[in-house]
Amino acid sequence: MNRDKERRNRPALALHVPEPDARPGDEIDFSHIPIPAAGAAPRPDVSARPDAIRDLAYGLVRVLDEEGRAVGPWDPRLDADTLRRMLRDMMMVRVYDDRMYRAQRQGKTSFYMKSTGEEAIAVAGTHALDREDMTFPTYRQQGILVARDYPLIDMMCQVYSNRGDPLKGRQLPIMYSTKEYGFFSISGNLGTQYPQAVGWAMGSAIKGDSRIAVGYIGDGATAEGDFHNAVTFAGVYRAPVILNIVNNQWAISTFSGIAGAELTTFAARAVGYGIPGLRVDGNDALAVYAATRWAADRARSNLGPTLIEFFTYRVEGHSTSDDPSAYRPQGAGKAWPLGDPIERLKQHLIGLGEWDEERHAAQHEELNAEVRAAQKEAEKLGTLQSDPWSDIGSMFEDVYEDVPWHLAEQRDQALAEKEAKR
Amino acid sequence: MNMIEAINSAHDVMMERDPNTVVLGEDVGYFGGVFRATANLQKKYGKSRVFDTPIAEGGIVGTAIGMATYGLRPVAEIQFADYIYPGFDQIVSEAARIRYRTAGEWTVPLTIRTPYGGGIFGGQTHSQSPEALFAHVAGLKVVVPSNPYDAKGLLIASIEDNDPVVFFEPKRIYNGPFDGFYERPVTPWAKHPKAEVPEDYYTVPLGKAEVVREGEAVTILAYGTMVHVALATAEAEGIDAEVIDLRTIVPVDIDTIEASVKKTGRCVVVHEATRTAGFGAELSALVQERCFYHLEAPVQRVTGFDTPYPHSLEWAYFPGPVRLGQALKKTLED
Ligand SMILES: Cc1ncc(C[n+]2csc(CCOP(=O)(O)OP(=O)(O)O)c2C)c(N)n1
Repeated sequence: MNRDKERRNRPALALHVPEPDARPGDEIDFSHIPIPAAGAAPRPDVSARPDAIRDLAYGLVRVLDEEGRAVGPWDPRLDADTLRRMLRDMMMVRVYDDRMYRAQRQGKTSFYMKSTGEEAIAVAGTHALDREDMTFPTYRQQGILVARDYPLIDMMCQVYSNRGDPLKGRQLPIMYSTKEYGFFSISGNLGTQYPQAVGWAMGSAIKGDSRIAVGYIGDGATAEGDFHNAVTFAGVYRAPVILNIVNNQWAISTFSGIAGAELTTFAARAVGYGIPGLRVDGNDALAVYAATRWAADRARSNLGPTLIEFFTYRVEGHSTSDDPSAYRPQGAGKAWPLGDPIERLKQHLIGLGEWDEERHAAQHEELNAEVRAAQKEAEKLGTLQSDPWSDIGSMFEDVYEDVPWHLAEQRDQALAEKEAKR
Repeated sequence: MNMIEAINSAHDVMMERDPNTVVLGEDVGYFGGVFRATANLQKKYGKSRVFDTPIAEGGIVGTAIGMATYGLRPVAEIQFADYIYPGFDQIVSEAARIRYRTAGEWTVPLTIRTPYGGGIFGGQTHSQSPEALFAHVAGLKVVVPSNPYDAKGLLIASIEDNDPVVFFEPKRIYNGPFDGFYERPVTPWAKHPKAEVPEDYYTVPLGKAEVVREGEAVTILAYGTMVHVALATAEAEGIDAEVIDLRTIVPVDIDTIEASVKKTGRCVVVHEATRTAGFGAELSALVQERCFYHLEAPVQRVTGFDTPYPHSLEWAYFPGPVRLGQALKKTLED
């Protein structure tokens, strides 16, 4: 009783719920975001002690400056062919995304997710890896497949769930999987791939292999327990893994502050686990390449994992089911101060005298034609709307290695039902 | 009201009535939830009572349990039932047992809402029906409404309940009833009598089923979307079936079930979830235990198959009128 009275004199507590800076109708303003100059971040030796390089987890590794010049110690000094190839792949991802997005709007499939503005992360990152390295992506790294020359038609057939779908019409569109191309099956359950990437890398270490693994996760999904499990295991066993966080600042309608970005950076989560954390300009293909290379070199030298935050912006909606104008100002993506990754790489190549506007426009047309042609071929094998994967018996395969009695019985039932429907 | 509006209204009524009611979950605040079930609540009740959470279902449930032990009545949204598993440990090992392990000193008046079920081309990670996993856990109540009126009344009853409730919302029927005839045009809720939903407070008690169609030939036990499939199938097949909407699967309304099966002598149970160890197995066992001498045929189960939900073969997977019709005929022939 007395204690209750005493308590009444104390100040009332209040709950803090983070809010983004701008909502629909507000002027979009990114001026409060500190953007260090390109070239300013030091590039330590890969054997540097994590606690000696903590600043890198709070800064921003940038290579391309405002004029598109590559500056500073992180410049990976790539040859023009590699740069042109990265540009081409990033453009391809964008053209492909636009095409498939439209296909969804035309009702040819159920769902689609674009990676607009984030193309450099998957594409440049993949070019910095070995072809044999294993990736554990999320739904926004289709650029890995493009960078590894996975056939466009197969990607489209997956999106259409048609006769040519390598996954037999089972997965949602964009949830690709191809072991041959080092691309692990995408799960709709956020974050699960992260400890799996660590486990794959541990397996490689257990067997004395030389391949490393790369896991990807969104800023929102870093709140999941699986994120923390992954970093704990990666640190403890010094797993040869690169743990990428794609901070595009939005998780559906929820801004990154709700995942903890108001308090610290995502890269800084590495600090508590005793592993190196790099914060990198995700719209700068050269910085993405350089950071990935640095982390890969560490992993290959048995120095353990690296956590990389790629700082970027989700230019488009979360998916075809999302309308971002309901929760953030219109044009936010365009206003993003780190620019467009394709434009920036293009400027760089033009500055080097290795590219020009005409070639760029011609390449765009070529890619467009390539994607259209692939789409035509893919649609010959059906779309979800017109002619989807329809082998009902196949539904009962791959649940187990062998089909047990109860599934055999259910398969017969499903086939009989199909007959009954006619 | 459609079902989303009814669920929204239940929140609104309870937040107005009871300042201890709080709402949390991914995207539920400013945006009002990806299905809009919590639209406008944050504007009306403020950010301390309706707020977005990190994407961490274990965190959502764990902190909601903490809020409940403080004395609040949290309503936590899990965006899709397929994503409830990271919160599973907190639900199953903690929320379900805190009353028991503290000899009643602490209780967890928590409601966990989550959209479930197939029929929306959600693929295998947006279509599951995991209700049996929760029905199996002692200490939880499990509710599955089939229409807007019940959804509102049952949700209010769940929020007022002093035990943890897992509240499964059949997302296929958020905007209109779905009878499983997927080629037919969808009708909106507006044309359905159960869409007449009072604006203010009322409850539909937990643990009480509803006989939604009376009949003499066979009893169909259903919940969620399957209630509509059952009604439509009975109609299409011209079968004098009694259809029972369970509304709550734990505790299940055994009296209504028993009375009906004893009357009809036949029983078919139907759900969207996979068959093996699904809730249909429990229903079937209950009926055998209590009505064995009244049964004229074995109890039939109509369910989803024991495979994950395949994207392109969704309609071959979904337990629709053909599967149910066949089971009904088989039962009647026996
Ligand atoms: C375990 C789990 N919880 C919730 C969801 C629903 N969901 C799908 S995507 C998403 C947002 C993810 O945001 P982020 O991790 O930042 O990745 P981004 O989409 O921005 O690339 C949510 C909440 C899910 N798929 N899995």
